[in-house]
Amino acid sequence: MKQDIPLTANEKYIFSLRSLYESYGYTLYKMSKFEEYDLYSKNKDFLVSDGVITFTDTSGKLLALKPDVTLSIIKNTAGSHSSVQKLHYNENVYRVSKNTHEFRELMQVGLECIGDIDDMCLYEVLELSSKSLKCISEHCVLDVSDIGILLKLLDYTGIPEDEKKDALRCIGEKNMHELASKCRALGIEDAKTDKLIGIIKLHGSPRITVEKIRRETAGIIDTSQTEEFFEIVSALENSGNNVNIDFSLVEDINYYNGLIFKGFIEGIPNSVLSGGQYDTLMKKMKRTERAVGFAVYLDMLEQLNKNEEKFDADTIMVYNDKLAFTEIEAAADKLRQDGKSVFVTKEIPQGIRYRTVIDLRNGEV
Amino acid sequence: MDTMLNVALPKGRLGEKVYAMFENAGFPCPSIKEVNRKLIFENEECGVRYFWVKPSDVAIYVERGAADIGVAGKDILLEYEPDIYELLDLDTGKCRMAVAAKKGFHDDISRVLRVATKFSNIARNFYLSKGRDIDIIHLNGSIEIAPILGLSDVIVDIVETGTTLKENNLEVIETIVPISARFISNKSSYKFKSEAIDRLVESLEKQLGE
Repeated sequence: MKQDIPLTANEKYIFSLRSLYESYGYTLYKMSKFEEYDLYSKNKDFLVSDGVITFTDTSGKLLALKPDVTLSIIKNTAGSHSSVQKLHYNENVYRVSKNTHEFRELMQVGLECIGDIDDMCLYEVLELSSKSLKCISEHCVLDVSDIGILLKLLDYTGIPEDEKKDALRCIGEKNMHELASKCRALGIEDAKTDKLIGIIKLHGSPRITVEKIRRETAGIIDTSQTEEFFEIVSALENSGNNVNIDFSLVEDINYYNGLIFKGFIEGIPNSVLSGGQYDTLMKKMKRTERAVGFAVYLDMLEQLNKNEEKFDADTIMVYNDKLAFTEIEAAADKLRQDGKSVFVTKEIPQGIRYRTVIDLRNGEV
Repeated sequence: MDTMLNVALPKGRLGEKVYAMFENAGFPCPSIKEVNRKLIFENEECGVRYFWVKPSDVAIYVERGAADIGVAGKDILLEYEPDIYELLDLDTGKCRMAVAAKKGFHDDISRVLRVATKFSNIARNFYLSKGRDIDIIHLNGSIEIAPILGLSDVIVDIVETGTTLKENNLEVIETIVPISARFISNKSSYKFKSEAIDRLVESLEKQLGE
């Protein structure tokens, strides 16, 4: 009898995400575990966590265990303006945990799309983000924002450049009371502050929010910019994806521009997917093409599968020295051929979870 | 999936006051008023589950998703910087985070300033913004005695009325930030329970405006 290969939940996700990305023509990109430290020291703010594990290699070069995949892909791929390079990866990254302040090895799956990025590419990447979430759970939502539109709103209110970072922090926390008092302290007109806050508060499905945002941003933001955004998110929703517009979604403006998005799964307290357009990062790395991509954080998903695999083995088979090896193995193999997992032992270990016990010592079950 | 709204409330007077606001907002749970040692209270009909936790732990419960929403002091949010939404200033539990020193203290800027505090992150960020070199002495309580015993030059701590400072011959030399209780939400919970959370926020806003 042919048996299914036993896979952990995370391995199943990796396989299903890989087959999803390859069905869209994305090529698996395999990279080295190490990267020159210089790459990260120049782009520290792009990294999710502070701290990089470094070591000196045999030639005296300072290397690092990868804390991020995107930077390596940009660095190591040749660019093209006339076409698009579509790559996906599953790689371990090494980051400092916010809670333990210690390094952790994390599995990250994701994709990058680099080159002549048009709206179709952006739509495809958003659709793949949404489908990635659905591969994990049907109870999911993809939040989408456009950092370009948000920055235009900040320009409209007149928030000075050096205050934008802090204003974006307030927006990211949906902390409208602090944003309002900040604007007041900066002498910004109440009407403009109210307009900004009103638009940020308009989160929800494109079907409900697009018209309201269109009305609120009229005369403030160039309609070609907003309509392009509305077209992509509305098309995504119309294809059956659970998508929300949420301008409180923010990313570092030194790296990201245009579309940014985060994916959430019910029951997992943090976002499990994060991505966006990072043309600004490309420029910083002396590349002239455009780029968009996202990563799925598989470590987060462990919380979703807490109750899976209730048993360590289907059967515990207890033997004694009087029985021949072949006799014991024959009995166990018979069950294994029926798709059962069998743990052969002289004594039942403490704490092991099993469905049945077969005691070969006296033939009792 | 859990459809109940899980609320972490800070034990003590602030928690009781905030619960009354939640009750007025349409999320009552009469069993919470019973005198016993229970920590979790449910009202299935209203879809709400409350639990009392240590005030400084509320943000952790919310950030980690054990609670969907909660009420935490701004001091805790600034100190631990949890990845949550801060949806409302509840305008209660008001005090301020301040720098205090012995009366007549003169700050010698040519020397490293020794700062005793429970709030290391807040103190570090405050002096970093001023470009001042400091040495943080992390204490867990009775911060006020640090300058008196010469352990530190100043303290960074919460000041409510200032009576404790006065009684220990200390005075506020600078206010860092005003503090009050904030209504916070887990980011993921907000995506899936936004209707109930928004309804609650709206009602709390109304109550604050009255």
